[in-house]
Amino acid sequence: MSGKIYLYPVWLRLWHGLNAILIILLIISGVSMQYTNPANPFIRFDIAVSMHNLSGVILTINYCWFLFGTITTPNGKYYKLTFKGLLGRLIKQFTYYTFGIFKHEKPPFPVTKESKFNPLQQFTYVAAMFVLVPIVIITGWALLYPEFVLTKIMGGSGLKINDFFHVILGFFVSFFMLIHIYFCTIGATFVSNFKSMINGFHESH
Amino acid sequence: MSFFPRISIKVPVSVPLALFMAVMLSGAIDAQNKPKKETIDFNENCLKCHGQSKYKYLNPESGSEVTKRMYAETIINRTEFYDSNHKTFKCTDCHSEEYGTFPHAGNLRMESKYACIDCHGGDETYAKFQFEKIESEFHESVHSTKHSEDFNCWMCHNPHSYKISVRSEDKIKDIVAYDNAICLNCHADITNYQMLTDKVNPNIVKKHEWLPNQALHFKNVRCIECHARTNDSILVAHNIQPKAKAVRRCVECHSTNSILMASLYKYKVQEGRSKAGFYNGVIMNEGYVIGANRNYYLGILSLIMFGCVAAGILIHASLRILKRKK
Repeated sequence: MSGKIYLYPVWLRLWHGLNAILIILLIISGVSMQYTNPANPFIRFDIAVSMHNLSGVILTINYCWFLFGTITTPNGKYYKLTFKGLLGRLIKQFTYYTFGIFKHEKPPFPVTKESKFNPLQQFTYVAAMFVLVPIVIITGWALLYPEFVLTKIMGGSGLKINDFFHVILGFFVSFFMLIHIYFCTIGATFVSNFKSMINGFHESH
Repeated sequence: MSFFPRISIKVPVSVPLALFMAVMLSGAIDAQNKPKKETIDFNENCLKCHGQSKYKYLNPESGSEVTKRMYAETIINRTEFYDSNHKTFKCTDCHSEEYGTFPHAGNLRMESKYACIDCHGGDETYAKFQFEKIESEFHESVHSTKHSEDFNCWMCHNPHSYKISVRSEDKIKDIVAYDNAICLNCHADITNYQMLTDKVNPNIVKKHEWLPNQALHFKNVRCIECHARTNDSILVAHNIQPKAKAVRRCVECHSTNSILMASLYKYKVQEGRSKAGFYNGVIMNEGYVIGANRNYYLGILSLIMFGCVAAGILIHASLRILKRKK
């Protein structure tokens, strides 16, 4: 069966597009700062710092926009995890991605108006948007205002531990981004999911 | 206390050098100890006048007591002095015993003064401080080349208050504040600055407007990190460079080859390691510089994880292409 469902309202697409651009800028400038090399700077350090700070500030505002939209529109229902039988559903979706997809099996959890995400998507999106990104935002702001960071946390430098979390979780955001972009190629066609985020309509298999 | 104790520092020319060195050496070895009571009592002979803003004497001509204001340059703060490196010294260890008479003879102020190296040089006791290297660095610095004999050690290291800071237990931030105060004593004070030049002191904040997070840098980095030529073998670089040669590229500090790791930060990390063990020394050190405090293992781990993600995607994509419907 093939059809189009309107799943992505304008506010969501605007948030998603801006979020994607900002996350890419943050990853590029973050990696450039972390692995900075005087002989061969990927992005000049001061430019990378400004780029990272500015993108981070805009991302925070954009995140608030996402939270507001998710709370005030029906979009929030897609992020409500049902823990009963979750593990089984996750395994079922994982098995589809690792085996079933190559045998051209039907997706075990097809996209509907009521269920936008498959269990694996729902779980990772909840983890990313409500755990990973908020921590990265908070630790990022703490690096902008280090005077508010506890000097010592369990005997170690508070700032260093804060940065350690920021960098590690930043890496996870990067992994999420790579996998997310790749999985977007798994749709009705190679580019249909990318089109969806522009026109708002999801195209079923 | 004044920054320029130029009038009061004198060489007791009548004392043989050998005897003088013996006195200085014994004083320095005792530098960690408290000053003896007899030393404090002896010094009070001087400090009863030089330890306050005014002094009194009896005018033999009129028979009346006269109160005079003490010159700011010659006032010694007792608290600072007895907390300084030279706290165990008697005033006459460095100053002429002729100061014992009042009024002081006018010719006393004409005598030349010691430099640090005169007492601290050529002795194994001070070998770790490398005074000879510091002396030669100083002579290459703009402070020496631009001002020659007018600029000496005492300009920055007031012998009546100077406390060793880098090799202390103090935190990096406290050391930075103490050391930067030495520079700012002239470079942010027009009166002191114009003792050596007629030029107007540049505004430090304006001159450093280009520096991102200026306040943060000023609190955490010593002026000399950017304004002196780094020497890996000297803890405190003394070769102050002309302003054109000051560090302006962020990556000089914000990289694994950070110049900060050749000075105070390296020393503090080494100290931390020897006292708290390798792990604690690495985790608990205070210095934090983006790009410089890169964790080696985290770098490796991140590359492995990036590799795994990329390989996973590549394998999955290849299988999809291979197994696609014909």
